[in-house]
Amino acid sequence: MSSWTPHLPALQVVVPLMTAPLVVLMGDRRLAWAMTTAASLCALAIAIALVGEVGEQGTMVYEMGSWAPPYGIALGVDAMSALLLLVVAGASTLGLLAAATSVSTEVEHQRQPHFYAAWLLALAGLSGILVTADAFNIFVFMEISSLSAYILIAGGPDRRALPAVFKYLAMGTIGATFYLIGVGLVYMMTGTLNLADMEQRLADVGDAEPILVAAGFITVGLALKAAIFPLHAWLPNAYTYAPNVVTVFLAACATKISIYVLIRFDFFVFQANLTEHDWQFSYFLMPLAVLGILIASAVAIFESNLKRLLAWSSVAQIGYIILGASLISVTGLTASMLHMFNHSIAKGTAFLALTCLALSISRLELKNIGGIAKQMPWTMAAFVVGGLSLIGVPGTAGFISKWYLISAALEMGDLALPLVAVILIGSVMAVIYVWRVVETAYFAKGTGVVAGDTIREAPLAILLPTWIAVLLNIWFGLAPSLPVELSGNAAELLMGHLR
Amino acid sequence: MSHIDPILLALLIPAVGALAIGIAGRINDNLRETVTLVTAGLLAYNVWGIAPEVLAGGRPGLKLFDVVPGLEIAFNIEPLGMMFACLASGLWIINSIYSIGYMRGNKEKHQTRFYIFFAVALTATMGIAFAGNLFTLFLFYEALTLSTYPLVSHKGDEKTVRSARVYLGILLATSIGLLLPAIIWTYSLAGSGDFVLGGILEGHVSGPTIGLLLGLFVFGIGKGAMMPIHRWLPAAMVAPTPVSALLHAVAVVKAGVFAITKVIVYIFGVDFLFAEPSSGWLLYAASFTIIGASLVALQQTNLKRMLAYSTIAQLSYVIMAASILKPLAEVGAAVHIVAHAFGKITLFFAAGAIYVASHKTELPQLAGIGRRMPWTMTAFTIGALSMIGVPPTGGFVSKWYILAGAFQSDNYVAITTIILSTILNAAYFLPIVYMAWFAREPEQDRVEHGEAPLPAVIALTITAALTILFFLFNAPVLELERQIVEIPQ
Repeated sequence: MSSWTPHLPALQVVVPLMTAPLVVLMGDRRLAWAMTTAASLCALAIAIALVGEVGEQGTMVYEMGSWAPPYGIALGVDAMSALLLLVVAGASTLGLLAAATSVSTEVEHQRQPHFYAAWLLALAGLSGILVTADAFNIFVFMEISSLSAYILIAGGPDRRALPAVFKYLAMGTIGATFYLIGVGLVYMMTGTLNLADMEQRLADVGDAEPILVAAGFITVGLALKAAIFPLHAWLPNAYTYAPNVVTVFLAACATKISIYVLIRFDFFVFQANLTEHDWQFSYFLMPLAVLGILIASAVAIFESNLKRLLAWSSVAQIGYIILGASLISVTGLTASMLHMFNHSIAKGTAFLALTCLALSISRLELKNIGGIAKQMPWTMAAFVVGGLSLIGVPGTAGFISKWYLISAALEMGDLALPLVAVILIGSVMAVIYVWRVVETAYFAKGTGVVAGDTIREAPLAILLPTWIAVLLNIWFGLAPSLPVELSGNAAELLMGHLR
Repeated sequence: MSHIDPILLALLIPAVGALAIGIAGRINDNLRETVTLVTAGLLAYNVWGIAPEVLAGGRPGLKLFDVVPGLEIAFNIEPLGMMFACLASGLWIINSIYSIGYMRGNKEKHQTRFYIFFAVALTATMGIAFAGNLFTLFLFYEALTLSTYPLVSHKGDEKTVRSARVYLGILLATSIGLLLPAIIWTYSLAGSGDFVLGGILEGHVSGPTIGLLLGLFVFGIGKGAMMPIHRWLPAAMVAPTPVSALLHAVAVVKAGVFAITKVIVYIFGVDFLFAEPSSGWLLYAASFTIIGASLVALQQTNLKRMLAYSTIAQLSYVIMAASILKPLAEVGAAVHIVAHAFGKITLFFAAGAIYVASHKTELPQLAGIGRRMPWTMTAFTIGALSMIGVPPTGGFVSKWYILAGAFQSDNYVAITTIILSTILNAAYFLPIVYMAWFAREPEQDRVEHGEAPLPAVIALTITAALTILFFLFNAPVLELERQIVEIPQ
């Protein structure tokens, strides 16, 4: 263990946070990109190191400035946060590698340093949520990441991004405020903001009603930020009109971080201290998850804008993640964690392929990609693999989480049959919306190409990160022991708080 | 090469072959076809090399790795899979010869893509044949569906793509919607999905649940084409005929009935299922499919569609034989996989040869064609006789065993079905044979043509010969398949 190791949780946030102002000072866009990518790679290295550490010694606790909690602020990294740190840093790095080729087509040159600074702030904010053990810190980092995400989404040339971002801003603020109200209520009753401390002190609180209200506010607020159906209205347009690499980054990890907070808060603080809360949690979220899977998949089937199609698919996939969590079992939570990881790889791959497509096609509509696989074979092959992973075909990452999810559903007794049916109907619908794209790209005649587009295969610099993502899909489909182990540990940890 | 496990080699040869075909296709067409033939030859040499060991009672296995604990990619060769692999790899050689004649004779486009995906499909077929557990089987089952999709949609026009969509849609939807839950259910009930002689489910499940689980398996394995999920098979007929011949008369559809038989014998266990009344529906469903598909075949006017419906009926013969749940009938099921393969591939070869030579696809057009294409129509006649089950053809052997099995358990439903369907088979095949040889060629659309290209004629002559030879020399297959009903030493 090197002397740096104990400081890794703090460095995970500090590195991107401190690099961000430096990037603005660099006037040159290429230098800005290089620094941002370096910082992101550094964050990825730290995340990998943290995964190793958590595997060896379990939960890592770091006291900021050596002040012991509950007075000082503590950071904590366990299996659950380590898994998602990997997702965040990985998605950011792959997005940035693709950005080298793609961003200049969408963001003006002189504004690019600011764009990259916002990217780093988003990275810092998302990582911060994952490493902190303090409820108010979570709020602060959530605001950092959301504000920078608004900037990133609005950074593209498409003016329709502005109303989309405004919607996101309004709903995101409501969500964050709800969360804050909930945290305030708990603070009022316990006098602490440290999550672990909250759990212990709540046991002594006689009056459960304010806590129940707090749980309600926190759940709904985070459900808004996580785009859980029917609070998903901001998501499709925000993903659609954002610059392509931003969509890669945010679609892979942003909503999952809110789900992380939702699950963590609920299991660490509320499950042990509210009577019948497991029942409340399940019966609130499970119907929403089921509806989300079915309705969002159905909308995706009829969508003709490719980015929005994948965005709707994201709403459906969030449903799977929530469904797993709402089963409140080790297998269910494992499936939920695992699907966060696997879906980010699958969706990241699909959006990276769209980023490649966007270099040749000015409008990512289904009718414009007829027969394009002939000119862009590598791009479309990448999309096919990402799509198969979304469907959950064996051999891809998506299959592993489907397997766990169905296993978890089968443990549910009377509910087993309907839940399995929902999961499978959702998968079959995924076949339809993925295959519409594949079929058009491979077998339709090239009729609808927009004038002025010259179609050629994307350059190697962007195909490389895309194909890294493709190989990750296959790697984690055949050798998924790392995410499975982390997810399993995370699930055990969460269930350990159940009473 | 000998130090690599032959099972791994059976997967690697066609996979590497696919790559080599892709490279060779950029250089020269002849080179590409040579690579295909060499790959097919090597694969058959390798696969047939394993057979003596299995015949002697050996069960070679190979564990690759655990995907997650308890879920491993593993292979284990048992008699049924050995036979299926020998059949598919052997017929691939003949089919490749035929493909050369057909694809060139028709001046098809994208021939390199065609040969590449054919080789990939064979990789998947080998994986299915040798799979040691349900998970591995499922992995390669899906790979086979996906790799045959580009072959079905080969032509690329709107009608073809629409049919290919039906093909992919039904096969993926049933496998994900029904087969996958059945497999996960089995894993969670029995703790594993390994294929073990005598089954793994006994003691873990009872009552009507067994019938339900069996239903999930049988309809989930859509490649078995039981009614009402048979529609993908006629849809797949838009593919070039070599695809219909090897894949939709042998590899893909047989992978379906093979998987169903394997589930019955190695997951449920024959005796366990026989004792459970809730599994009885399978016999009736299979009988219904046999009669139903034969009646539909009777009304077809397109030759390939008629053959497709005939295939649906013949596949359910295998399922029905397996569901009689008596030793002799299980042997009959296995033997019918072989016998039908020889007969049906001959019929498809003949249909393709007729198309290449004369561009005729409809039945009424075939009047008098026997005099122009004597070799082709002789082969067709032999194939048709085998479908009906007339000696001296292979179809007689399997029917004999299925009937014997049915009498073992006094199963009158099965016996009646076999008798009825034999009459129906005769009713739709014999008129064509009669018309082709004895009717006068219609005056209005007379096309001057002779035999199909030589490679095609060679291929269909070989398979027709095999159909007859299988009647005379079937001892090794019988000996192999007896092992699945008697515990091997």
